[in-house]
Order: sequence, then structure tokens, then C-alpha cells
Amino acid sequence: MELIKLDFYTQGVLSIAALIGLTSFLMLGQGRLLRLIFVFALQGLLLVLATALAGYSMENSHLYISAAITLVLKVFLIPWMLQKQVYKLNLHRDVETLKNSTAVMLGGATLVVFSYYVLHPVIQNSSVVLVNALAVGLSLVLLGMLLMISRHHAIAHVVGFMSIENGLFFAAIVSTRGMPMVVELGIAFDVLVAAILFGIFFLHISSSIDSLDVDQMNRLNEVDQ
Amino acid sequence: MNWIFAFIQTLLFIVLAPLLVGWVKWWKCRLQNRKAPSLLQPYRDLLKLTHKQPVVSHTASWLFIATPYIVFSAMILAASVVPLISIDLPTAASADVIVLVGFFAIARFFQALAGMDVGTAFGGMGASREMTVSTLAEPAMLMAIFTLTMAASSTNLASAIGYVLDQGMVLRPSFVFALFAMILVAIAETGRIPVDNPATHLELTMIHEAMILEYSGRHLALIEWASAIKLMLYGVLISNIFFPWGIAVDFAPSALGTALLWLLLKLAVLAVFLAITETALAKMRLFRVQEFLSFAYLLGLLGLLSHIILEASR
Repeated sequence: MELIKLDFYTQGVLSIAALIGLTSFLMLGQGRLLRLIFVFALQGLLLVLATALAGYSMENSHLYISAAITLVLKVFLIPWMLQKQVYKLNLHRDVETLKNSTAVMLGGATLVVFSYYVLHPVIQNSSVVLVNALAVGLSLVLLGMLLMISRHHAIAHVVGFMSIENGLFFAAIVSTRGMPMVVELGIAFDVLVAAILFGIFFLHISSSIDSLDVDQMNRLNEVDQ
Repeated sequence: MNWIFAFIQTLLFIVLAPLLVGWVKWWKCRLQNRKAPSLLQPYRDLLKLTHKQPVVSHTASWLFIATPYIVFSAMILAASVVPLISIDLPTAASADVIVLVGFFAIARFFQALAGMDVGTAFGGMGASREMTVSTLAEPAMLMAIFTLTMAASSTNLASAIGYVLDQGMVLRPSFVFALFAMILVAIAETGRIPVDNPATHLELTMIHEAMILEYSGRHLALIEWASAIKLMLYGVLISNIFFPWGIAVDFAPSALGTALLWLLLKLAVLAVFLAITETALAKMRLFRVQEFLSFAYLLGLLGLLSHIILEASR
């Protein structure tokens, strides 16, 4: 379908989808933890906007509820908790040097192309208007994984994990007119519990190996070598 | 008749360019709590320089003297290709946007050669830095432009602008990316803060100024004028491609008049934004410029991808 024939709200959702993709790239290129968390919150906010707009254009009122849950959890609560952890563990002045950031960026762009290629048959056979943005959802998942692979810091890993969840949520909205409420509530609380558990893990990791750099865990061994 | 209009429009480009530079300077001065020079100061500077005798080093070859003329004429040719107030141009039909990038490349190539020609340390250093910046900026600019041309299915600027104008108000995710990529490239290519500082003559930081340090008199005037035209070209490209509303589609006098008013308004607003960013930001370290430009490239690439993924018909 031509972009010009779509209504204004659908165009808006597609534009926000592109911006959500951009925030994933911004996260890949961000070495400071506090800014990383801020960009993550921004991604959550764009997700809220996209959900609310999709709810309005598809006349699906329960999408407003999931937008509200996302607003509370992913824009305020989880970023706030992560930020508190960063201050508590005194990491807010650390800058992680990104190794081969250009390669990671180009790899990210390749992942976007890959997810478009994989989803192209699905998109062509679907009648849902927003399904064009499904490739963005999948690429958010893959970019979140790339973020986890390319970083050494545990908090960056958690942000990557949460942005994978953002990608799944976004894919669900654009491809299915919204998941059932029960599933959505379940996932939302899973994410919340995961965030709290990760907080406890951070404390344990940093108290046992005195750092959150997970590369140092490679040196842990059962037997002496 | 059309050719006369094309000629007048190019002339307008050349005449208005120093005014734009003066306008940016005026705003910068006001924002930094300094007393601003008159808007006509760039014209006076150019006039003063043309009256001075140019000093040319003994070691300089013919290239050094020919370069200002080559650069200036390349910029005039580039200006004749870009639709300023009307899109119905015979010159715009004869050359597309890749030729435009080629004109910029010719000017830059000769400037870099002339910078190295005299054999001073600064000229060579400036030339090497300028080429570094431009090798990174050019792909980013082409990416941004390809996004536009893919949407319009034409590399011709006039027909692409006409296409955007025809479609009216459409939210295009790819154009948002292309716009930001284009702004970043324009900042790098015209040598503004945070990539280069047009007002500095400090050895360690200058890029463009180091390359033209040996020029004086009317040669310097031509080069300064050419860079003013280049700034205006980028401003017109950004405002006419992404916000084409108001541009004339024919040669009716009333349409041309409103188009000129709209254009001046758009350029004035754009220049104020430029002055604000130049005041608010500090110049980057030279080795961070590649991060800045690879971000511009990434934006252009994302624009292209989001055109294919989100906008193309399935």
C-alpha cells in the first residue's frame, strides 16, 4: 500500500516506528550508563506514543491500558530503578570505551536489512496495515541482542534485555492489533520482577567480584588451572 | 525566456549569499552579547579585499592563481542547478543532484591542491584535514539524497521537489532521517561549529581557514564569496527539499514574489538555528569528527532503510 493512501495516524505510527529504531542505534553508540538509561526511557516513551496512536487508529481501547502500563513501567519505574542502582554502585562517572563501534553500527544496519528480508514474505501476505513495521520490531530484538553481545557491563546487558522486550511488545502491537490483556499484564509483571531481580544480582556481582564488568567472570573457575 | 529566469535566479544566489553570512554573524553576535556588525559587512569586506593587491608567493604555480576562479565558477554552476524560487528551470533539468555533488567535489579538489601548492605547513595540514572531513561527509550526503530520490524516483532536484510539493502533507519517516543527516553534513561541509570554526585562525584547530591561509586580495575575496554561496546552497537545499511549500511552479510574477518571500523567511529561520547551535556548542576535537559524520551516514542509511521497510508499497 502506498504511504500517501494511509491515514494520518498510521503514518504517525510508522514514523514513530522509525524513531524507535533510531533509539536502538543510539543505545548501541552510547558509552555512558546514565545516558544509555535515558535513551532507553526515551524508547519507552516513543513506544507509548506508538501504542496510543495505534489504539486510536484501530479503535482498540485496551491498547490504551497497555500504553499506560508501558508508561509507568518502562518510562518511569525501570529507568528510575536502574538509575538508582548506577548511583548506588557509584558508576555514574564511568565511560565504557566502545570497541569497534563502527563495526557494531554497521552490523546493526545489517541486522535491520536481515530482519526485513526474513519478514518480507509475512508482510506481503498480511492484511494488517501496520504490519510494515514488523521488521522494525524484529530488528529491535536483534539490536538488543547486539547491545548485550558488544558490552561488558552488566547494567548495559539489562538495558539490552529490556529493549528486546520493547521489540517484542512493538511487534505484537503492529502485527496483531494488540495481545490479549492477560498476556500483556503477565509480561509487564515479568519484566518488573526481572528488573528487581537484576538489581539484586547487580549487588551480588559487585560485592563478590568488585566490578560489574562481566568479562571478569570468565576468570571464575571451579578448579585451579 | 526560461533561460533568462535561470540566469536571474543564479544571480540572486550570488548576490544574496553574503547577506546570509552577515545575518548569521549578526545573530551570533547578539546571542553572545556582542555588538553586531551591520548586515552589509560581508559586502564591504569583499569590496575591500578586491581593492587590495593580492600577494602571491614566489613558489606558487599557476594552480594557486587559477584556483579561486575555478572554485568560484564551480559554485556558480552549482547554484544554477539548484531551484531557488522556481522549480521550472532549464538548468535544473540538464543536471541532477549527483552533478551538484560533483561540482562541490571539483571546488574542494582544487582548493586542496592550492593549499598544498605553496608548500607551507598550514596549507598541507588544512588540505589533508579538509579531505578527511569530506571523504566522510560525501557518502553521508549521497545517502540522504538517495533517500529523497528513491521516494521521488528521480535524481533530478526540480522534479523531486515537485513530487514532494504534489504529495502535500505526508509524514515520511525516511525524510526525518534524511533531513537530520543533511543538516549534519551541511555543518561539516560548510565548516561551521562543531566541526570547524569559520572565525578562527588558531593553528591547531582550523581546517578550512588553514587551507586558504596564503590567499589575499581579490583571490581571497573570490574564495570567501564562494564559501558564502556554498553555505547558501546548503541552506536552500535543506529548505527547498524538505519544506518546499511556497516555491513557484511557474513564472507568474506573483508566484515568484511570494516564493522569494517564503525563501527568505525559511533561510532566515534556518540561519537563526545555525547561529544558536554555533553559540551553544563547542568545537569538537578533530578525531571526533569521524564519529559525528558516521552518525550522519547512519542517519542517511536508516532513512533509506525506513523508506524501503516502512513506506514502499508491498
